[in-house]
Amino acid sequence: MRNAFAKAITNLAQKNKKIVLLSGDIGNKLFINYRKLQPKRFFNCGIAEASMTGVASGLAASGFQPVTYTITPFNTVRCLEQIRLDICYPNLPVIIVGTGAGLSYANLGATHHSMEDIAVLRTLPNMNIVCPSDPVEVELALKEALRIKKPTYIRLGKKGEPILNKNNSKFKIGKGIFLKRGKDIALISVGNVLPVVLEAEKIFSEKKISTSVINLHTVKPIDEHLLKKIFIEYKKIIVVEEHGLAGGVGSAILEWGNKNKLNLQKLICLGAPDKFLTSCGNQNEARHSIGLTAKEIFNKFKKH
Amino acid sequence: MKTQKIAALLRLNAIEMSHNAKAAHLASSLSCIDILTVLYEKILKINPKRPNEQHRDRFILSKGHAATSLYAILAYRGFFKKNYLKTYGKKGSLLEEHPTPKLNGVEAATGSLGHGLSVGCGIALSAKISSKKFKTVVLMGDGECNEGAVWEAALFASSKKLNNLYAIVDFNNWQGIGRTKDILQLHPFKKKWESFGWKVIEINGHDHKKIEKVFKNKKTNKPILIIAKTIKGRGVSFMEDDNNWHYRVPSKSDLIKAKRELGIK
Repeated sequence: MRNAFAKAITNLAQKNKKIVLLSGDIGNKLFINYRKLQPKRFFNCGIAEASMTGVASGLAASGFQPVTYTITPFNTVRCLEQIRLDICYPNLPVIIVGTGAGLSYANLGATHHSMEDIAVLRTLPNMNIVCPSDPVEVELALKEALRIKKPTYIRLGKKGEPILNKNNSKFKIGKGIFLKRGKDIALISVGNVLPVVLEAEKIFSEKKISTSVINLHTVKPIDEHLLKKIFIEYKKIIVVEEHGLAGGVGSAILEWGNKNKLNLQKLICLGAPDKFLTSCGNQNEARHSIGLTAKEIFNKFKKH
Repeated sequence: MKTQKIAALLRLNAIEMSHNAKAAHLASSLSCIDILTVLYEKILKINPKRPNEQHRDRFILSKGHAATSLYAILAYRGFFKKNYLKTYGKKGSLLEEHPTPKLNGVEAATGSLGHGLSVGCGIALSAKISSKKFKTVVLMGDGECNEGAVWEAALFASSKKLNNLYAIVDFNNWQGIGRTKDILQLHPFKKKWESFGWKVIEINGHDHKKIEKVFKNKKTNKPILIIAKTIKGRGVSFMEDDNNWHYRVPSKSDLIKAKRELGIK
């Protein structure tokens, strides 16, 4: 997803002269082309995320469309108040891009895990949150964020993710996508965990359980229309996210469902427990340790 | 009208606002009113009728708790009617105890300290990218320089050679509940900024001519930091350098006494 982001922003900045890329001292080779083509619209802001976010606010207030880029936890919770007051309060068109969604950097340790970013950022008024599920959606998300001109957080994985989506020109922030249609169970996938969810769907299918897969790439604004339909049509709804259960997307759906008096017994929320993960290995191993695997998704469904 | 006389009027506005709304931070406003008066009367190229004009000079009151000083000068310059000052701190008014960007003339949401300089850096950087000539001025408190974000921004400004950026520190020697020197030592303040790559000028922050002159200085490739030595509560004898007035609200009789001292009938 990182490479897709670099490629997309390099292409988009050729036409859109308002784009300014701010890096928190990462992406050494990643932005070589961008820097070559747009030397005046690239700034390494140093290892200083609060300052980078404030700078982005000032640029946006002056008519630019800045994009801040660094590792997910540092670009979100580290500089939370700057996001809250310098970007969201004045509702400025800043795009915050975090690389390292969830457990992407599992083996770098808990300092680099990002299991709270969605929970924290979705409490901020005016914020939009998009979690691309593959490299194709990274470009689509970036284009959309530039189009809507609102505070937008784009949650990237790392590199080498499989391509799962077609280049769908209908991609819209706030609109989930059906990847497969079934009758009984709805599997909702958020962001980078989609390969696991698609694998889980195969197990459901083998067991002759008719299952839909929904790619809910946008967490905020939540797709109310889609969720309403799902709660009416399906017997069970399983939402999977590589993020803490506290305050995550499952939690957002619970809040929304409660407000709309829906049958929340149908909902199974799968994500990370309320603890720091240590010595958890690589991303795959870390996913195993918290039950974010195809098999476990099916087991939790059976036990529910 | 001479700027000294304007400043006296603005001081009275601030005192009245604090009295009417029973709102704190009066002394912090009185401390920087001379600076704001000179900026808005002599330095900043702004048009109250076109508050979002893209070539305007920008001013950010990073020490947002001194909001009444900003409201007083914005009203004086005609960003809104003077009568509107009476709504300060009341329900439905955009004149909140800390500035909201929804109000014409307010460039950033401030009040949580340490935000203004980074935002100012971004604005100054935008001028560099688009070859615009406007300047950006950020006013901070000395207490505000406790915030780490100030120093992140200080590094950014000099590294990116933002010589179109001015930061003023309203150095009144006090912060919330004590002397700045007793809480987190800022000394040697001038040297700190110089070592961060800024051009530093020290002035008396109540001397209007000196304040004006700073902005007519020779060219430099560095951002400019102005240490404005000030007296907290300046202009009212019983408030000067008395930090109780960081939170205290003036009574009716305080207001009458202050009015007399300011020489306003």
